[in-house]
Amino acid sequence: MAFDKNSNTFTFLFAAILVVVVGTVLAVTYLGLKPAYDENVRREKMQNILAAMNVKVDRDAAPEKYKELVKETLLVDAQGKPVEGDAFSLDVLKQYKDWKAGVLKPETLKYPVYKATVEGQQLYVVPVVGTGLWGPVWGYLAVRDDGRTIHGSTFDHKGETPGLGAEIATPIFYDQFPGKTITEENGTYTGIKVYKGGSETTDPHGVDGISGGTITSQGVDEMLMRTLAIYDQYLKAVTKPAPVAMPEPAATDSTAVPTETAHAH
Amino acid sequence: MSTATVAAPAAKPSEGLFSKKNRKLITDPLDDNNPITVQVLGICSALAITVKVANAFVMSISVMAVCVLGNMAISALRNVIPSRIRIIAQLVIAAGLVTLVDILLKAYVYDVSKQVGVYVGLIITNCIIMGRFEAFAMGNKVGPSALDGFGNSLGYAWILVVVAFFRELFGNGSLMGYRIIPESWYATAGGAYFNNNMMILPPMALVLVGIIIWIQRARNTKLIEQA
Repeated sequence: MAFDKNSNTFTFLFAAILVVVVGTVLAVTYLGLKPAYDENVRREKMQNILAAMNVKVDRDAAPEKYKELVKETLLVDAQGKPVEGDAFSLDVLKQYKDWKAGVLKPETLKYPVYKATVEGQQLYVVPVVGTGLWGPVWGYLAVRDDGRTIHGSTFDHKGETPGLGAEIATPIFYDQFPGKTITEENGTYTGIKVYKGGSETTDPHGVDGISGGTITSQGVDEMLMRTLAIYDQYLKAVTKPAPVAMPEPAATDSTAVPTETAHAH
Repeated sequence: MSTATVAAPAAKPSEGLFSKKNRKLITDPLDDNNPITVQVLGICSALAITVKVANAFVMSISVMAVCVLGNMAISALRNVIPSRIRIIAQLVIAAGLVTLVDILLKAYVYDVSKQVGVYVGLIITNCIIMGRFEAFAMGNKVGPSALDGFGNSLGYAWILVVVAFFRELFGNGSLMGYRIIPESWYATAGGAYFNNNMMILPPMALVLVGIIIWIQRARNTKLIEQA
């Protein structure tokens, strides 16, 4: 052999070349396929928003249907007031993680709303994000134009236990939501409670959790309670413009968003 | 050149890629030298992704791609890989291929990648891959190395699919996502049947692999260790 493959020089050279070659191949492939991946994610998001409105379509058909049904998107702040920005491109999961990590202040969080018309009915689709047992859980809820009745919902998760926590993504769980309400008749906020035990399914503001998926169910409960409280303010404002509003001054951040974010440090 | 013993193996390629010796590279790992049940490698992933048959298939195909291509790459480079950094070089190639598989899954079979995404990354740490790189590809030609990678991943695959078959059937009442046990049998619908929740938890996969090893050793006398 003309060279000594075990010499120091060749060892370094080989390592450098190998890493550069492998790195280049990966970088090129990633950049080449990123548009396809991003498109998949975008379509899945549209598919989920549609699913919350009980409109089930294939992922490939989602963009067209989404365009047809979703008339307007907007962002609201922690007080439910509309703010500037593009709703669809906001990554609520990333925003949630940043908030949990203490990077974002609770009052700076933005909340997307998708306004859609399905069969003549005005629906407000809102995303919810929280933490399950193993990782993030999220979903979309569609609220009817009375501002308090759930029309439909969809949930998903990153890695909850199959057969246990992962059941939140199945009809067994999300089919309980239609018809439930997030406030009392008089407008008092109740949220949607996820019960453990299953005897409370007659509660108009609660659903049955997943047996064996206690931590996931608690995560979903927390996510619904926290996020719907924010959207409730927006929904009250748009669906009942004038009448006896909530005592507005009391609605400080502390009622809207849990403030114990400092523990992240 | 001068010794007949060297010349003889060099003449071997004429007898074809699928000679008796090379066929053994594929058949051996299926039974006598199965990576999971005999070498007890790759157990972690066998426990993790065998809840559903579809996931087991995708995992098997991914491992197969990485194992065959990796074996070929290592084999092609075997005479230039400096021996002091050979493990690192193998790891870089394995990790590169696994990342490649992950990117491809995300772009082309997005739904599947969502299901197995977390575990595809773990192929890097699958001992079968590193084991074949080090034990076979470093010392053999590209053709046999490809067959060896294929055989071993096939041996891995069939165990995975068998374990997943029982776990999905008894744990979820379905196969490949299609319902096998009728809804009406379930206690919730007035029947008397319950899914076995133990099946969907990892320990049950270990028990199933143990049962497979038991049956295999009862049938294959070559595997019985002499006391």
